[in-house]
Amino acid sequence: MATVAPSQVRSGRGVELALLVVALTVAVASYALVNAGAKVEGPVSVLKYGAGMAGLALVAHLVVRWRAPYADPVILPTVIALNGIGLAMIYRIHLALLARATVRDDGTLKVIPHGDPMMQLLWSALSMVLALVLLIVLRDHRTLRRYSYTAMIVSVVLMLLPMLPVIGKQVNGARIWIDLRVATFQPGELAKITLAIFFAGYLVTNRDTLALAGRSLLGMKLPRAQDLGPILLVWGVTMVVLVAQKDLGTSLLMFGLFLAVLYLATERISWVLLGLGLLLVGATVAARVFSHVGIRFTIWRHAMDQEVFEPVKGSPGYPWGSGQLVRGLFGMGSGGMLGTGWGQGRPDLVPYAESDFVIASLGEELGLTGLMAILVLFMVLVERGMRTALGVRDGFGKLLAGGLSFLIALQMFVVVGGITRIIPLTGLTAPFIAYGGSSLLGNWLIVGLLLRISDDARRPDPSAKVATPAGGIPVSSRPSADSAIVVAGSGGSAPAVPAPAVPAGPDQAASGGVDT
Amino acid sequence: MSELTVGLLRLGYLALLWMLVLVAVAVLRRDLYGTRIVARRRRASQGPGGAPAPARHGPSRLVVTEGPLRGTIIPLGAAPVLLGRAPGCTLVLDDDYSSSRHARLYPQGEEWFVEDLGSTNGTYLGEYRVQAPMRVPMGTAVRIGQNVIELGR
Repeated sequence: MATVAPSQVRSGRGVELALLVVALTVAVASYALVNAGAKVEGPVSVLKYGAGMAGLALVAHLVVRWRAPYADPVILPTVIALNGIGLAMIYRIHLALLARATVRDDGTLKVIPHGDPMMQLLWSALSMVLALVLLIVLRDHRTLRRYSYTAMIVSVVLMLLPMLPVIGKQVNGARIWIDLRVATFQPGELAKITLAIFFAGYLVTNRDTLALAGRSLLGMKLPRAQDLGPILLVWGVTMVVLVAQKDLGTSLLMFGLFLAVLYLATERISWVLLGLGLLLVGATVAARVFSHVGIRFTIWRHAMDQEVFEPVKGSPGYPWGSGQLVRGLFGMGSGGMLGTGWGQGRPDLVPYAESDFVIASLGEELGLTGLMAILVLFMVLVERGMRTALGVRDGFGKLLAGGLSFLIALQMFVVVGGITRIIPLTGLTAPFIAYGGSSLLGNWLIVGLLLRISDDARRPDPSAKVATPAGGIPVSSRPSADSAIVVAGSGGSAPAVPAPAVPAGPDQAASGGVDT
Repeated sequence: MSELTVGLLRLGYLALLWMLVLVAVAVLRRDLYGTRIVARRRRASQGPGGAPAPARHGPSRLVVTEGPLRGTIIPLGAAPVLLGRAPGCTLVLDDDYSSSRHARLYPQGEEWFVEDLGSTNGTYLGEYRVQAPMRVPMGTAVRIGQNVIELGR
């Protein structure tokens, strides 16, 4: 795999600080505009909110300076801005739901009970702190490779937890929650990280076998039949998750992650096509056999039909139908190019406007212009992750960074694709933006890992310094006659770096480590 | 708040959001320029400032074209090149299919020859298994385990 390194390394901490200021301005402006639009003062005043966010961001910046001085400067500001936008939208929808609350006979309010902004605020702070703790504790991402198989076991346990009788909890048909008394949690959000670690660790060891070509078909080399075991196993587990937990999103995410890391490891497009074929077969069968999957497909394909929009009692989609999806689409449509402005639209008319449909809510209030900005921010984040994968020198780090950033990209594709009717709607939530503590925690931990790996990727190569002749000896463009040196792509400045004089025997010329 | 203020705030917020995006993208621009690609492809590894190879008649470098070390380039001098898994080799192959001292490339005049050092899986020049030292023409694939190397100018 190629490695891309900047010819001139800047730590980027100054840039990060400047970007953080802009990101914080966006976050605080969102919150202030919601307050101004609703003409109320939120649970925390704008000043306190701003101070709290700035404090957290500053702590994060200082921790990065301390423990990962070469970490990518764009990741942290991007994520803080996205988190701030999400917090503002959740708070804004909460306000709208409060306004719609009905007064019971005894004088108490009957509020639609989801999307508490204070909880989200606490989860954001907690997730950020835990991501920083990860950055402090984990000094080298390569340590994780040792725990590849532990990560696999942890993933399986985390995914099975919701199936357990006492702590497992079923919400809206999907059995992906555990009840921790103080809060509910989706262990699957952590499982995707441990799975990424396992896939990276497993595939970096076994990629040579899996990359071996078998028969050729249509100009494409198929993998050998005896190497199909792992992909079939992961596919099987995915299908079990789909059927047992009724969770389309997680199974899609898991399988997509595996395919992505497999492709990164083997560079064989045939694996991807094979996997997509398997997924298509599985999804088609599942849609036919299981009604909870089938109804998602019906809603997707016939969203605008009256009988799907408002199903009669007894028909499969009852009582929800495609109402949520269609209202989301109309909401985004009413936003138009520039949106209605913070607090001016009616995104709360969509059920779960603060979690599954937060993107539709943002599309309504910020318009296409604002939504595009948010999507570009995600793209920048994913690009930084992929760039980290290109820059890091070890194969495990490449696969892990690539897999983790692909996770964010795939999640956004599935979420945005779902609400815009490109693919069937799944229960996934937009990373950093949507309501949900487990999702926030999982994604912030991914950010912690990406920061850690990017620090390694951007740090100047210590071995490169050794190879450079000291004292400004002019580098000759012609390889010296008596030494053969391993120069792994010597780059632009010097086609060949003469080694510090090494006596070259007849058989043993200067040897060198090869950096792939 | 008047209609005008609301409208201005709305547009101002969008402008702010895009400012963040553009500032972030401006930081990314640095990646497009001034990077050094330690690549597997020959073209990429030459880089923008790379001087053309010195004019010589014989091959001037050895390129790994396939296998885990793809993209590795070794400048050739007058010294022979030892290939294998042993750390003392010139090109250390991290490859289960190659022997510790697998093959040797050595110059004779302008020509380079390959010699198998009694490896388990053999060295192949094109399609022929190397039994005795054979001349390696420029651009001909020499297969050692999973790696394929070529001589280039």
